Amino acid sequence: MVRVKLPFPLRSLAQVGSEVQLEVKGDVTQRSVLDALEESYPMLKGTIRDHVTKKRRAFLRFFACEEDLSHESPDALLPEEVASGKEPYFIVGAIAGG
Amino acid sequence: MTKVRVLVGTQKGAFILSSDGKREKWDVSGPHFAGWEMYHLKGSTVDPDVIYASQSSSWFGQLIQKSNDGGKTWSTPGGEKMPDPYDPPGGMSNKFVYDTSDKTGAPLTTHQWYDGTQRPWEFKRIWHLEPSLTDPDVVYAGAEDAALFRTTDGAKSWQELSGLRGHVSGPQWQPGAGGMCLHTILLDPQNPNRIYIAISAAGAFRTDDGGNTWKPINRGLRSEYIPDQDAEVGHCVHRIAFHPSNPDVLFMQKHWDVMRSDNAGDLWTEVSGNLPTDFGFVVDVHAHEPETVYVIPIKSDAEHYPLDGKLQVYRSRTGGNEWEALTKGLPQSNCYVNVLRDAMAIDTLDSCGVYFGTTGGQVYCSSDSGDSWNAIVRDLPKVLSVEVQTIN
Repeated sequence: MVRVKLPFPLRSLAQVGSEVQLEVKGDVTQRSVLDALEESYPMLKGTIRDHVTKKRRAFLRFFACEEDLSHESPDALLPEEVASGKEPYFIVGAIAGG
Repeated sequence: MTKVRVLVGTQKGAFILSSDGKREKWDVSGPHFAGWEMYHLKGSTVDPDVIYASQSSSWFGQLIQKSNDGGKTWSTPGGEKMPDPYDPPGGMSNKFVYDTSDKTGAPLTTHQWYDGTQRPWEFKRIWHLEPSLTDPDVVYAGAEDAALFRTTDGAKSWQELSGLRGHVSGPQWQPGAGGMCLHTILLDPQNPNRIYIAISAAGAFRTDDGGNTWKPINRGLRSEYIPDQDAEVGHCVHRIAFHPSNPDVLFMQKHWDVMRSDNAGDLWTEVSGNLPTDFGFVVDVHAHEPETVYVIPIKSDAEHYPLDGKLQVYRSRTGGNEWEALTKGLPQSNCYVNVLRDAMAIDTLDSCGVYFGTTGGQVYCSSDSGDSWNAIVRDLPKVLSVEVQTIN
């Protein structure tokens, strides 16, 4: 199972806690993880990626294993620690405020 | 017993203010969707318990929420997995995609940017939701970048009425200071094929065929901030209102100028009259007196607050030109709030109620047509929109 950490506004929208666990079919990539997330929680469609282009929303970042994966290819394999569930995949809102 | 329910959208959540017909004691519910920008909430006139809400965020984009119980509980339509294969795919309630199909769509061209260059259309948010007058599952949505969408399945899915954005003048449309937003949607109660919309800063448009084709209705408007001051499009219309019994008579608060049309927008004349400043955002019409109109003058386009720090609603009982200041109960010193374009509403009780919300978080109510005012709440986040439901 892949573990995904969600930012607070998406937790309340999906009515889940800070982390969800997903079964990801095939290769574990950012695309397949987000596909599985949206499959399980359809209300999150469009809130993380554009509906049509699947491009990451500008103020969101993707982290795992202390690395920023936001600009990596969505089809690149995620680290084995994420695929095995040892480490979570983080969806994080960019910092704002004053 | 008649009740009123005031739907308040703020920069950090939604609030529902409820009272009986006296409108003296209020119950405040919220924040709903705490932390999100709630641009607009509006109830169906067919079924007042059905309320639609536009929820958005720069981080997570657009969501549409729906309540079937008067705002007690909410859900994203279609957010659940759909058991019927013929239902639209789940999670489509926030999918607002410009129509570029060969059959119905308009090419996804460009519009004018602030600096005069052309930019591609890009969906940003829904500013205004307007439920149908006859079917609670039909709703119109005004978008930024300016476009009109419609749902016929209770907001599970949306389709663009692309004849508007596809108007030949589209490449000349440009954003106002708040973005290129379609913020006003008026459904003619006497003619189901007629809809008025307004866009900052393109102007006002009308369809007479249910949204397939549109014509600009900006003749008579003059705007100093465009090269051709009486151009067909390019005017920053802030708000339009009409009385349901007389929908051919329109009142407009433009960037500057309060305007009136007696022929469904074909020609406008200025009715600013004795207003101390004719810049502003809101305009609305009394529930029972079609020639009684309300505006809230704002000092200027650079100084978005009342003149001399005095919050004053102005009322005309003559359909414009002759205006009186309404000040009783409103702050008359050191007041520097703004009242945004969707933040005034009118109830339909016998003693007509007028409501408005400010960027300082106050929501004011007058239960006597504007003669006197009370603050229902004083310390909400910045108020983006106010609507009221009169519930019998």
